[in-house]
Amino acid sequence: MDLTLVPLLAILSSLAAVPLILWSSSKPNLRETWTIIAALVKFGLVMTLLPSALNGESVTLHLFDLAPGLPLALNADPLGVFFAVIASGLWIFTSFYSIGYVRGHKEHKQTRYYASFAICLSATIGIAFSGNLLTFIVFYELLTLATYPLVIHTETDDAIKAGRKYLAFTLTAGLLLIAAAGMVYYYTGTLDFTPGGILGDADIPYHMMLVMFILFLGGVGVKAGIMPIHGWLPAAMAAPTPVSSLLHAVAVVKSGVFAVLRVVGYVFGVDVMGDYGFNEILIVLSGATILIASLIAFAQDNLKRRLAYSTVGHLSYIVLGIALLTPLGIQGGIMHIAAHATMKITLFFCAGAIIVNLHRENISNLNGIAKVMPWTMGAFVVGSMGLAGIPPINGFFSKFFLVSGSLEGDMMIPVIILIVSGLLNAGYFFPIIHRAYFRKGEGLEKYGEASPFMVVPIIVTATLSVLFGLFPNLFFNFFDLASQISTSLFNSVSP
Amino acid sequence: MIESHLPALIALTFVLFAIMIPAFGLWRPSTSQPLAVLGSGIASVLSLYGFASYLQTGSIRYFFGGWEPPVGIEFVYDGLSGFFILVINTVAFFVFIHSRKIARTEYPGKEMPYFALAMLALLGFNGMILTGDLFNLYVFLEISSLASYALIAIGSRPAPYAAFRYLIIGTAGGTLYLLGVGFLYTITGTLNIIDMAAMLPNFAADTSVVAALILMVVGIGVKAALFPMHGWLPDSYTYASSSSTALIAPIGTKVAAYILFRIVFYLFGVELTDAVIPMTTIIGSLAAVGILYGSIMAIAQTEMKRMLAYSSVSQIGYIIMGLSLANPLGFAGALLHVLNHAVMKACLFLIAGSLRMKEGHSDISLFDDTYRKKYPWTMAWFSVAAISMVGLPPLAGFFSKWYLALGTIDNENWIFLAVILISSLLNAVYFFRILENVYMMNPKKDQKEAADAERNEVSFSMMFPTSVLAIALFVIGFANAAIVGILFDVFPM
Amino acid sequence: MLDFFLGHYAYWFVVILLCVGLYGILFKKNLVKKTIGLAIFQVSVVLYFVSIASKWDATVPVRDANIPVEQVANYLNPLPHTLMLTAIVVGVATLGVAFTLLMAIYNRYGTLDEQELLEEIQ
Repeated sequence: MDLTLVPLLAILSSLAAVPLILWSSSKPNLRETWTIIAALVKFGLVMTLLPSALNGESVTLHLFDLAPGLPLALNADPLGVFFAVIASGLWIFTSFYSIGYVRGHKEHKQTRYYASFAICLSATIGIAFSGNLLTFIVFYELLTLATYPLVIHTETDDAIKAGRKYLAFTLTAGLLLIAAAGMVYYYTGTLDFTPGGILGDADIPYHMMLVMFILFLGGVGVKAGIMPIHGWLPAAMAAPTPVSSLLHAVAVVKSGVFAVLRVVGYVFGVDVMGDYGFNEILIVLSGATILIASLIAFAQDNLKRRLAYSTVGHLSYIVLGIALLTPLGIQGGIMHIAAHATMKITLFFCAGAIIVNLHRENISNLNGIAKVMPWTMGAFVVGSMGLAGIPPINGFFSKFFLVSGSLEGDMMIPVIILIVSGLLNAGYFFPIIHRAYFRKGEGLEKYGEASPFMVVPIIVTATLSVLFGLFPNLFFNFFDLASQISTSLFNSVSP
Repeated sequence: MIESHLPALIALTFVLFAIMIPAFGLWRPSTSQPLAVLGSGIASVLSLYGFASYLQTGSIRYFFGGWEPPVGIEFVYDGLSGFFILVINTVAFFVFIHSRKIARTEYPGKEMPYFALAMLALLGFNGMILTGDLFNLYVFLEISSLASYALIAIGSRPAPYAAFRYLIIGTAGGTLYLLGVGFLYTITGTLNIIDMAAMLPNFAADTSVVAALILMVVGIGVKAALFPMHGWLPDSYTYASSSSTALIAPIGTKVAAYILFRIVFYLFGVELTDAVIPMTTIIGSLAAVGILYGSIMAIAQTEMKRMLAYSSVSQIGYIIMGLSLANPLGFAGALLHVLNHAVMKACLFLIAGSLRMKEGHSDISLFDDTYRKKYPWTMAWFSVAAISMVGLPPLAGFFSKWYLALGTIDNENWIFLAVILISSLLNAVYFFRILENVYMMNPKKDQKEAADAERNEVSFSMMFPTSVLAIALFVIGFANAAIVGILFDVFPM
Repeated sequence: MLDFFLGHYAYWFVVILLCVGLYGILFKKNLVKKTIGLAIFQVSVVLYFVSIASKWDATVPVRDANIPVEQVANYLNPLPHTLMLTAIVVGVATLGVAFTLLMAIYNRYGTLDEQELLEEIQ
């Protein structure tokens, strides 16, 4: 079967839904049907790429020149497929959940919401399948732009401020990335993502290398939520919860860490990173981020903000795994992309269900809610235990690999950081569970479980977290894929 | 063969229509606007045809009366001039379509003189670009300038004063340019650009060559609104009628920038330009300061046309900075930005004009989300142009910025790179401010009024040009590789 | 030194005129005086062109039976003069436009003083 056009179709499938969504603006049911169809089609298309990715093959497609010598290149390599499967798979659940959420919450301008969402997904899949840095930048900026209407969706003063902050951070990041890409092009004459890096052969002075690294760090670090440039992420929680759950736990932030991996593994190359000692900068930054973000999370009373800081911390797990520059570490990082995605989306879904159902956003108001929302809170328990790293949930598995990776590289400090962070995670999640289950709530009599549109996705994602913990290779062979990617980065170093 | 006469035909079209419009206009004033559209339409088709034939057969040199230079006067239709001609005539065509309604509301009864003057201005612009003779260029410069002064004076109450200030500064600039030409003439004894370019390297060390260069750059810099000679621009653009601004803003400063390209790359050559004083560095630095100054001033404005005017100061800086880099990437980036900026600014000024006509003002602080309901398409195209101005892919604006950035990196000029990037952010500040006003609820506003707002979209004659220009931004963005490929070939070094 | 000044006296005259014109443009508050400054400024450049065409022992570029055509050095260069004919026309047209604008300004604001105008417009 000829798969050449599949990456392009996968990108376009949700983009094609945008005019349909706009056109059926006055017929909500039809409009949501388009979203669901687009999500299913997209996921199906991405899935057809999975078998070849498992064989380590890439599907490449050069469309036309974006600039002379720089084509709009799509390259569905294993890493891209891995990310695309997660993003498109979770979009299906988010679409169902969105229907329950925005209707339950009586949100305004729902058409704009669904249309922006579809564009976001196109951009995300575009990022996953980008074959060179310029294509990547195009989709990266598109993602920034398409997320903006979602961040400011509620149009309150807070949301508008958050939107400004979001744009200030991400547009600056985009510009740094453009500068970095320009420099790479100047020194190497190519921008293609190549396993093992493209900067290795070029003769570049150290200070220029450092400048490039810092530009890249700024460029991708913003979306990856590395401290101190994470500020937009908690602010962006002003968005509706499905946005927070898919975009600010999966698509946008994962695009950031995905970009870190692309830069480390495919632009600089593992060897160059190690030789110049840039990985140490990353380890220090991500390690500090993990600890500080976990500590800040303690202080948040707003549930979504606490989850946001938890996200900041967990994104740095992935960055840390990449920065270890060991096969197991990178594998752990890649697996944590998937693990954190399923767990955090579960938690955000739960938070959203609580907001819509009980109109409560603060943790101090959550006493006793497990009685009225047993399914939701059950899923919440699964997600938070997973993030704390308790087996058999998939969070444990990825963390295990991260620890092994640091040991493989003879590094103890990351191990300590990971262990302490696990405890901190437990520390800020368990009080929520305690309140929900063991304290007596007030004014809950008239409420029941949230609408099935919301509860079913919650249960499914929670179940997926557990299943992937028990059987890492279930359905998508995530485990094999991750190990495949990480070995490819190391094998190609010495051709 | 029509190709060999194309350069003269394009200029003659405007002469013809500049006469026809008053002739028909006296009989029936309503014929003026269609005739202007027709004239610029013919000119655009001819320029397109000319550019196509340039791509196939190369440059055309047209000797008037068959007299060969240096005795005669010639028009040169090469890659650079062909590109500029195509851009300005096409943009003018769309602006004239849009002017139909504005002409009736903003200056009723003056359509005939307005469009006749516009034809003269375009004749001047086209002549400046095409001519291969330095004195001839001065004459065309003054034709276009005089027509522009008059066009700007047709507008709101302070417009004549703005036009008068422009006249004083512009004429002084033109005179300085003429003095520079005089210096070069005393040394070389010729006025033909190609002829003179061949002789100038023999006089590299001559002080009067340097003086001439400075005088010409200053003189043309005034017309190009190169910082710090931009003082005339904001007032003129703000007070002139919307159709004049939309015509002059995307075209006027571009043509002046073209003259700088001619002077630096074709007349003196980069080596000679930099022989005694680092002229390109000076121009580039001025442009860099202008970029930041224009962007910052634009943020401070509350009137849309004034904001766009300051934004023009900043954007012209991009073009001149690209010129000052003197490498193929900077050159291609600058020329691509000429095209992009002409399209974007024309689109934005046209929308400002549409809003002025519908709402009677274009004050940003009064924009609110009823606009989105009233003018859904206009606002959508505005967003497209604004986002392109900010420089986000895949719109055209991103790519000119990309090539300019590559050009600065090629010269290892990190300060200019930083300026380009910072300016993009500043652009984002003043454009997203408008988008916020338009697309978001205004809590201070009476919500009932917002709910009652009914669709009141502008008429087809105004919608069509803005739509085409906005869609063109997508097309240019996707086709930029082809355009830039041509521009690389045009690069003279 | 003195030779340098005396030998270029025509140019010095042009320079002085240029400066007078520039002074008028920059520092005069009355718009009519500004316009006069502009005219002087333009005329100085016209005179420069005329002066570069002149030379000693030469006559007007009309064919003289006593001077063979081959002796071009004995004829003046006609080109700068013809150029300046055009430049003068341009200058006159500019003045025409300037005065038209001044009339429009005066009709609207009743003054031609720059300071008062700026206050009116603000």
